[in-house]
Amino acid sequence: MPRSSPSLDMTPMVDLAFLLVTFFMLTTKFRAAEAVVVDTPSSTSNIILPENVMLITVDTAGRVFYEISGRDVRTTLLDRMGELYKIQFTEEDKQRFAVMTMFGQPMKNIKAYLAADERGRKEMDLTTKGIPTDSLDNQLGQWIMEGYRAAAADGANKGIDPKSDKALRFAIKADGKTNYNKVKKVIQTFKEREIFRFNLITNLETEGGES
Amino acid sequence: MAQMNTDEAGGGGGKGKHQKKRAKKSSTNVDMTPMVDLAFLLLTFFMLATTFSKPKTLEITFPKDAENKEQKVKIPDELATTFLIGEETDEVYYYNGKFQPDTTKFQKLSLAKDGIRKFLLNKNRDIDNEIKELEKKFKAGQLADSTFTRLRSAAKGKITAPFVIVKTCKLSKYKTVIDVIDELNICNVGKYAVVDMSDAELYPFYQIVKPELVGGAAASPTASTN
Repeated sequence: MPRSSPSLDMTPMVDLAFLLVTFFMLTTKFRAAEAVVVDTPSSTSNIILPENVMLITVDTAGRVFYEISGRDVRTTLLDRMGELYKIQFTEEDKQRFAVMTMFGQPMKNIKAYLAADERGRKEMDLTTKGIPTDSLDNQLGQWIMEGYRAAAADGANKGIDPKSDKALRFAIKADGKTNYNKVKKVIQTFKEREIFRFNLITNLETEGGES
Repeated sequence: MAQMNTDEAGGGGGKGKHQKKRAKKSSTNVDMTPMVDLAFLLLTFFMLATTFSKPKTLEITFPKDAENKEQKVKIPDELATTFLIGEETDEVYYYNGKFQPDTTKFQKLSLAKDGIRKFLLNKNRDIDNEIKELEKKFKAGQLADSTFTRLRSAAKGKITAPFVIVKTCKLSKYKTVIDVIDELNICNVGKYAVVDMSDAELYPFYQIVKPELVGGAAASPTASTN
């Protein structure tokens, strides 16, 4: 038996490895840190969450957090909210808001929240009571309305049909242990603004639900 | 460099030439092990860090609040079923038809497979079968996407389709509500609404699930339920 050389050609393997690295690097989208962690209930629905959403998160304590997709939308939104609540936002504030994802601060704390560093924000996320939803001072309603208008204006700029799938959708993400009344309050706020269709975010149930 | 060489014919240039002559042709093989190591490290990292699952959603349309009595949808009693959701996440209560304070009894129903699903399929058998038939045809390619969707919603919206009212109270958990809606979707019940419990229902309901909220079951005069 001839003794074969112990070195083998690793080129194909390395090629493949690099291909995979490239693939994973390009497909990975890093998720921004969430202000609050919620454990969503599971369902058998397999509809994928649309790209362009306004997402309201309700945690176990019933605190409400707000998030809207689109950088330009957020800039416009902060402008409008500042006008409504008579708060002057600087260019820097707007820049920071444009890259921010989820927040749950009442309007009076927004400026401080924007100015805070990562640690400060975490601290504020922990102590916040969420966006107020009381009927007297329904700031969530304002965020919803202005977010909707900002997204509509942005959609018109980009030529997106408001009836298409790319238009803004409304999603609610709540913890399974949240009291339904808290979620209902959010839904009620939407309903008062003539928005009736939602996407409730759930986990996909692993056991086959179909009977 | 070449210019420098011609300028200074002697010293530096000559030395360079000399060195070049002496240098042996080194092997073109570069040791690629560190690079490959790194590549695999990155590969492992990205593979572990990537989650492919995008969040899934349950689509739901809530009814508009009726402003006056005429706007309210009338549901035939024999088609209506009401689910009452309490504090527990694995059971609901139900009653059929219209709520009668004296005679209506709340029945317990488990959220496990043999509970609510069996109950709903039983109620919705015809439509469920019809939709299953449609799905079969759709999968076999006999139906176009839009036709399938249209026929399915037509089947769900039939006038004889059961209507389920999901009623919540202040004790209800979000998970239970989602579970019930999910079961309704699985059983192809198209007509349903999530609303608040009425005051008339609350009292007997609390007597069953949380007696301490209404001052104990014994103190109540209408302890006829269950």
